Amino acid sequence: MDAGSGTKVAVLEARELVKRFGEREALRGVSFEAAAGDLVAVIGPNGAGKTTLLSILAGISKPDGGEVHIPEGEVGWVPQQAALYRRLTVEENLLLFARLEKHPDPRGSVEEMLELTGLGERRGEIVARLSGGNQQRINIAIGLLARPSVLLLDEPSVGLDPRQRARLWEFIVALAAERGTTVIFSTHDIQEAERYGKRLLVLADGEALFDGSTEGLRGVVSEEAPEAAGLDFETAFVAFLHHRGH
Amino acid sequence: MRWLLLKDLQILRRSPLQAFLLVAYPVLIAVLVGFAISRSPEKPRVAFLNEVPASSRVSVGTKELPKIGGSNQICKRVECVHVKDHAEAVAEVSSGDVLAALILPADLVDKINSLSTPNPQTPEVEVIVNEEDPVKARLVNDRINSLLAQANLVIARQIAAEGGKFLGLVLNGGQFSVLGQTIQILGLANSAHILEALRPSLPPGPLRESVDQVIQFTTLARENLDTAGPLLSRLAQPIAVDKQVVNTSTPPLEVFAIAVAATFTLAFVTVLLVAGSLALEREENAFPRLTRGLVSRSALLTEKVALGVAVGLLVTLLMLAGLAIFVPLHWGRIGLWLLAIIGGGAALGTAGAALGAAAREVRAVSLLAFMVTLPVAFLSLIPSGTVGPGLYDVIKVIAAVFPFKPALDAMTAALDPGGPSIAGALLHLGVLIVAYGLLARVALRRFSAV
Repeated sequence: MDAGSGTKVAVLEARELVKRFGEREALRGVSFEAAAGDLVAVIGPNGAGKTTLLSILAGISKPDGGEVHIPEGEVGWVPQQAALYRRLTVEENLLLFARLEKHPDPRGSVEEMLELTGLGERRGEIVARLSGGNQQRINIAIGLLARPSVLLLDEPSVGLDPRQRARLWEFIVALAAERGTTVIFSTHDIQEAERYGKRLLVLADGEALFDGSTEGLRGVVSEEAPEAAGLDFETAFVAFLHHRGH
Repeated sequence: MRWLLLKDLQILRRSPLQAFLLVAYPVLIAVLVGFAISRSPEKPRVAFLNEVPASSRVSVGTKELPKIGGSNQICKRVECVHVKDHAEAVAEVSSGDVLAALILPADLVDKINSLSTPNPQTPEVEVIVNEEDPVKARLVNDRINSLLAQANLVIARQIAAEGGKFLGLVLNGGQFSVLGQTIQILGLANSAHILEALRPSLPPGPLRESVDQVIQFTTLARENLDTAGPLLSRLAQPIAVDKQVVNTSTPPLEVFAIAVAATFTLAFVTVLLVAGSLALEREENAFPRLTRGLVSRSALLTEKVALGVAVGLLVTLLMLAGLAIFVPLHWGRIGLWLLAIIGGGAALGTAGAALGAAAREVRAVSLLAFMVTLPVAFLSLIPSGTVGPGLYDVIKVIAAVFPFKPALDAMTAALDPGGPSIAGALLHLGVLIVAYGLLARVALRRFSAV
């Protein structure tokens, strides 16, 4: 496996994570680390263990084996479905979570997030009346209120149209590049992972199959599934999974 | 926790229908219960025809009873529609304008007076009933029967009293007026004295023996007729009622009705609100985000129960204030009211939290809250003796496990100045708060599943 973080200092480290749901093993000894400013895409088919991995990293569920180290800073978590109150306004949502985060200047942090998300003019609107894309931006903004050093996003672009998707990724990429936030996102859209992820972590049936750069994954795919080398990357990736028995 | 409480109140304010129902519901209940307990039941309409001559009086011995057929007593119990004749009475009943007709015939007094003559006749009144509405018809029958029973009792008592006087005359002698003339009655006692005085002057023989037999008869007759007096007086009302109140803590009906209305309101508001707002955290996907370290699960439960108690307190007090328009309430006991509402609200709220944690979706929670609260509330109102002892024991257990009954007991104790102490009910509520709090805390684990 191609460990992608190079010589950077890891801000997040997971070792031999195991998670079971009854008889089924959702994660089988997954190890993983990320450094400041990393933009890591966790990819894999449905049921691969992507959401389970992010939930453990976020501290929402506990692993049955292995350990997670987050040396410093907070972990921001953005669930797949927007976790906010649709009957409150944009501003009320942000202010509520800023207060619950015990932010020293809740109103200041709300202004900052409104500016960051570009929703300042819509601060007084009820969230339920906003588009799915804008709801997702607030969802992410809530995850950023505590100024986390690590941001975990579970399939952040699901349900968004192409324009909303582009605006969302512009925002996320800027977080990693300009703020040095470590961003780890899950997706089963291979093209999205290839385009925005600086590193890819491939999961299938709870097992980590690959951890490295996009180019590294292309190399492994063409090596293990040469018959798909001339096809598009998604088809080649599926062929790679077949070769690995998934 | 206060920020979450503020958030829930903001959400509540943003739901106009829900907020309206929370206010409208107690006001509606207050008005309905207020009218129900401040107005007597509707009187059935009865046609009334009194053919008894105005000068006729029932005479028993030397005494005349008040004019019979005076409609005041009858019309207190039914709404009297006075008719001119028998045909009009029948027409009123047939048309359905009245449920029944009561006719006092012209010879009623004569027949009653004949009861104290050697040729007694049976007095009768005529009742014509329209049984189109069986419930009201039964009510009319019951009331007319009750009136007649009372009239019969008055007459029987007078007859018994007059009979007792006649008996006294037979026993002890005295004066008796008949057809304007006063007659001296000798009486058994005086007869015996005369015969006893006469006896020594008679020679021994058959005549003396005959006098002895008469003396013996008068003695025996006097002794036995002495017991006839009390017997005659008991004949008027053979069965006396000796009522003993065993449970002196029973509240007045008005107080109980208000307590039931207030507890119903409190139960629905707190159970639905707490269960619904907890399920909303799950439905909005906010629960995992909140419990990642922002709020502990116990604090979240406490906040939801506090929300339910606060809104329940406001709504229940509003309802009691509404009821105070119809029925005087003891505002001096408001401290106890607050204790009852807060204690009952907290127990009902924790039960709502357990339901909310179990069902997770707002719609499912609302349905579940209705399905649990409504039947348990009705079961809690079933009085003893109306079902079999075994079934009543089961009902008592169910009622004790859900907080409605102890909340009702606390509310009744708080509202009733002559009622029992509120302490027992509050202790019961305290136990249920702990039990349902633990249950809700365990059920919240299911919320964590992402």
